Order: sequence, then structure tokens, then C-alpha cells
Amino acid sequence: MAEKEKTSSSQPRISGWLRSGLNTMLVPALAVLTAMIVGGIVIALAGGNPFAAYAGLIEGSFGSLNAISETTVWATPYIFAGLAVAFGFKGGLFNIGAEGQLAFGAVMAALVGYGLPLMGVDLPAVVFVPLTVVAGIIAGGIWAAIPGWLKAKFGGHEVINTIMMNYIALNITSYLLNGPMKDNNPLNVVARTPLIAESARISTVFPDYRFHWGFILALLVAVLIWFILWKTTLGFEIRTVGTNPDAARYAGVNVSNIIIITMVISGALAGMAGSIEVTALNYRHELGFAVGYGFDAIAIALLGKNHPAGVVLASLLFGAMRNGATRMQFNTQIPVDIISIIQALILLFVAADAIVRYIYHIRIQQDRLVLTRGWGG
Amino acid sequence: MEWKRFGFIAFIIVALFSIVVLIGQARDPIPTIIISMAATTISVATPLTLGALSGVFSERAGVVNIGIEGMMLTSAFFGWFGAIYFNTILKFEAMPSLILGVVIAVLAGALMGLLHAALSITFKVDQVIGGTVINILAIGITGFFNRQLFFEKNSIFGGNVPHAPGTLPSVGQVPFLANVPILSNLQPIAILAIVLVFISTFVLFRTRWGLRTRAVGEHPRAADTVGINVSFMRYVNVIISGCLAGLAGAYFTLESVPSFEPLMTNGRGFISLAAMIFGNWTPLGAWAASLVFGAAQALQINLQFYRELIPPSLSLLQYPYIVGLTPYILTMLILTGIIGRTVSPAADGQPYEK
Repeated sequence: MAEKEKTSSSQPRISGWLRSGLNTMLVPALAVLTAMIVGGIVIALAGGNPFAAYAGLIEGSFGSLNAISETTVWATPYIFAGLAVAFGFKGGLFNIGAEGQLAFGAVMAALVGYGLPLMGVDLPAVVFVPLTVVAGIIAGGIWAAIPGWLKAKFGGHEVINTIMMNYIALNITSYLLNGPMKDNNPLNVVARTPLIAESARISTVFPDYRFHWGFILALLVAVLIWFILWKTTLGFEIRTVGTNPDAARYAGVNVSNIIIITMVISGALAGMAGSIEVTALNYRHELGFAVGYGFDAIAIALLGKNHPAGVVLASLLFGAMRNGATRMQFNTQIPVDIISIIQALILLFVAADAIVRYIYHIRIQQDRLVLTRGWGG
Repeated sequence: MEWKRFGFIAFIIVALFSIVVLIGQARDPIPTIIISMAATTISVATPLTLGALSGVFSERAGVVNIGIEGMMLTSAFFGWFGAIYFNTILKFEAMPSLILGVVIAVLAGALMGLLHAALSITFKVDQVIGGTVINILAIGITGFFNRQLFFEKNSIFGGNVPHAPGTLPSVGQVPFLANVPILSNLQPIAILAIVLVFISTFVLFRTRWGLRTRAVGEHPRAADTVGINVSFMRYVNVIISGCLAGLAGAYFTLESVPSFEPLMTNGRGFISLAAMIFGNWTPLGAWAASLVFGAAQALQINLQFYRELIPPSLSLLQYPYIVGLTPYILTMLILTGIIGRTVSPAADGQPYEK
């Protein structure tokens, strides 16, 4: 221990950072590798060729400029939703409700985006785009504030409450998209909203590619979240409540308030994932679009070690896998669902890092991530 | 369970029944409506009852199990696949195929239980994360194999979903049970679930095994000191928990409907955890709480029959999506503890370090 401190202090800071960064990434990287190997075995057992499958996966995700552009398109909502879950974890809260917050954010963004012009309000894009995005942010924040408040006030466990809010969001969106908000176009049979106004849309960065400014925005938001968590008093209080709520209370932190604020910011980020998908990609909300993001976001947050930079990298990886899966299925007829298995295995090996450490004989110890604490709250 | 909680449960069930009776009485006699509601309530409460029992066993031994949802989904798929495999490929009769399907579902649940036990007991993974891993893995596995086995041309079924051997018949087919109201409408897993509630109560509170289980969940160190093998007790109870979740899974594809849909468990595993908490980690309390959720779901189902009788002033009740919110809102309400707080086993969620 003493020796380790000596060497790190005698070296330049940048190199120290690099080394600790690489050490931090070692276990997640090996977890991904192990998951890919096990996934390959599953593919082989199912009668496929794992090498052809992974070649297709890489070709589909990075094989051309368009493939790379599509990977960023897939990664964008993952960054927002992953940041949402990671932010919750930092405050000691397990937000499994990103899916519902995302869906509710997307619905509200769509409502503002197509509803205001119908009411005769004609806004320039400079105002209309931010307004639409903010509508989703607020909706997501409110959706997460409810379980946050229930936790702070009554100790109702956020794991179950955020899941219940997912189902409530799903039911309400089903009702809205099949009823009052349904696209009335006579050719439409799907539960979806009308298209949002042109002036409410976020544009692409280059013509001919779907790579859009929402991705750049996601990177900026990741920096902002890093700043909030590590450079502000609020962030310090959130992290203190996350690691030791009793100590935080003793130090004079209003723990109940911090719980609610953490949930609101977390939900706002998930809501932003929804509103960016509406304003920059789909230009409407469609039922079933939000399914699966909540659980993927948990895997991304854990893979990224709850750090914004890690979340961005993990999102790119997950985005690449989702994007490349279509090409893989086209080339090798292996169902895209194999990606869900690989992602679950990644989560498994990241969570149970003891397995990875055992397989690869890693001795570098790191601080245990404190994530949740039973039902006690 | 104290009177306040029982009173609340009775009140909610009566209120939910009353809504259907008030709307439906214009067409059907009141006893018919009540019997129909009661049978639906008990039937749809089945996976919740079994899920809550699953939670009770795991958490009484000190292991939080939020993977019940995933265990149910996995078992629902493999039980269904097993029944079809025996029926279509091995040419078994429908009834033996269904029973073997249930066995396979329970085994699949046991395997998932074993995985959760290994993660939380041996590898000391954060138990809520371990449960989440199981939930995500279940979605991936069932989605992948559903596509691979039933929708791929080179699969054993040749690319089309074979005809399922139906669902388990109601016990009304047994001659001397045919005229018993409510009971004659119920199917085997629903009845088995009720029997298991009483067996679980006996096992947990009247046997040495139950005493040891509770000791391991309340104070593992003390249990260890008197020579109880903490890891072994936890492993076995989490596997029992998986078996019960597996039986709950069998309900979905072998008793309720003869088909499998991705994500078909629809949050029942999580609602059963709320039932377990509200029932204060006891089998009887968990069953009573499950019936509340069952009644809420029965409301949605039965209101569909009387859709055109719903008065315009209550037009929101016409929308299944809106009525469908009831179980979820009830869950959140119950978890606030306004109807009385419950206390979890003291060592619930904590890995035991020797």
C-alpha cells in the first residue's frame, strides 16, 4: 500500500491518471470480452457461426461512414439514459424507471412539437426546438419526482415504485397514442403521434447521414453531469448521501431534499433521451419505441462505472452492437435478440467482477461500488 | 397481521367488487357477478401469490430477490416450449405434455434460482443488481430462443409455431367438484398455489427447517455460531424461491393462455414483491395482499363484459388502459406504508462474511 502511494506521487499526474484510468477500464473490458466469448458459444450452440456473426456485427457498426453515423444515432439515447441511471446510483438511488421517464418525456415532447402549431402558435426554431426538448426534460423529471418523493417522505422503495411508474407510463401512453394523440392520417394503423413541426426538429450535422446534433448535445450533457457531480456543492452532497446517508445527515445535509433532487435530475436526463429521439430522429413518438431502454441503461451505467466518461464509452459500445445486429442477422440469420443475451452477460460479469478477477487472475483491488441497500431505505 | 391491514384489504376488495356489481347488475343477477369476480380474482392472483411466496422464502433466508419477474418469464417460455416439444415431437397426449411442461417450468425456475444464489451468496454481488441481471438475462434468453426455435426455418419446428396442447383444464371436469361454485372454475395451478400458501406457513413457522431459515435471515452470525450452515440454508431457500417463481411462470403459458409472448409477465414479479412486503413477509399475509391485486385485475377483465353498460359519467372506466392502472397505483400506495409499516428480515440483502 505504502509503496503504491510512493510510486504514484513520484510520477507526473497525467501518467497517474492514465494508469488509474486503464486500471479502471481493465475489468469492464475483460467483462465485455468474456460476455462476447460466452455469447459466441450460445451462437454456436444455436447452430450459427460465431466468427461470421461477430464479423457482421463489426461491419454493421463501424464498416462504413454511414455505419459509424448510425452507431452514434443508436448511442445518443443510451448516453442520456445511461447518465440518468448513473446519476441515480451516485446518490444511492436505483432508478429502474428510465424507460417510463423516457416514454413520458417523448410523449410530451411530441405533444408540444405537433400540438403548438395546431393551436396556431408559430414559433421560430431557435425557440421551438429548446421548448420541445425542455418539455420532455420536465416530463421525465416529474415522472421520477413521484418515486423520489415517496422515497424521501415515506421510505417507499424506489426500485418497485420506479417500475410501477414504468407500467403506468406504458398504460397512459397506450391510451394517448391509441386515442386523443393518435395520428389521424387515414393511412395510419399504428399507435403513434402525428409528425412534429419542421421548426421543432433538430437537424443532422452532415447531409445524407442521420448523425445529428443530439449526439453532440449528449456529449455536452455528459460533461455537465461530470461538472455537477464533482465540482459543485450539490454534487458533493449527492455523492455523500449516496455513500453514507447517515454521515450526510450528521453533517447537516437535508437528505430528503437531496433524494428528490437526485431523482428529478435522473428522470430529467431520461426524459431528455425521449425528447431528443422525438426532435432529432423520429419526429414523432410511437408506441413500443421506448421498450428496453430502461434495462439497457442500467447495464450501461454499471459498465461505465457510473462515471460520465464511462457511460459515453459504454453507450457507444451498446449502440454499435444494436446497430451492427441488423447486418449480423442479414448475413448469418442469427436473431438480433442474441445482443440482449450478450448485454445481460456483460452486466453479469461487470456486477460479479469476482468472476472476471478469478478467470484472469487480476489482483488490483478497487473500491467496491456501493449501489443499493436492501428494502430498509 | 393486525386488524388495520386486514380491514384495508377487505375494504379494497369489496370496493372493487362493488364497482362491477353496480355496473353489471342491469344485465346479470348479482350472485353470478360476484362468483365470476371471485373466480377471476383467485385465478389472476395465482402468479402473484406464487411470486410472493417465492419472495418470502428467499428473503426470510436473507436474500433479496427482485429477479422473480425474470424467473417467471424464463419458466413461462421453457414450460411452454417443453409442453409443445413433448406434444409435437415426442407425440405425447395433451395432458401429460402439459404436466411435463409444468415440471420443466419449475426446473427452469430452479436453475435461475441457483444462478441468483451463486451471484448473491458465493460472489457476494449486490443482490438488487443480481436480480436485475436475471431480469435482463431472462428477456434476452426468451426473446432469442423464441425467435430461434419457432420462427427460424431450420429450427426443429420448421419455422412455424406448432399447435399448442391447450391449457390445463379446470377442476370442474372432476365429477364430484363440478357443482362447487368458484372452485369448479379454477385450474390446477391456482388451487396448488393456495395449498402452497398453507404448506409454506407450516414449513416456515412450525418446522426446524423454517426456524433455521428465519435464523439465517435475521441473524446469520448467531445462526452460524450454533452450527447452522448459513450458505447452504440460503442456497436451498433461494432455489425453492426459484421453483415457486417457475410454477408462477407455468401459470402464464400452460394455464392462462396457450401461447408465449415476449415480456408477457408484465411486471407481475414486481407486484408480487409489493404483496410480499405488504404481507409482512408471511405466506398468509402475502396471499391476502395478492388477492387485492387480483381483484384489481379482475375489475379490468370483468368491466370488459359490461363495457356498454358503463354510464357516460364514468366513461374513463371504458378504457382498459386506464382501469389497468389500478394494480400499479395500489402497489405504490401500499408501499408508502400509510396502512402500516412492515419490517423486513434483519439481514435481508446483506451478504454473510464469515
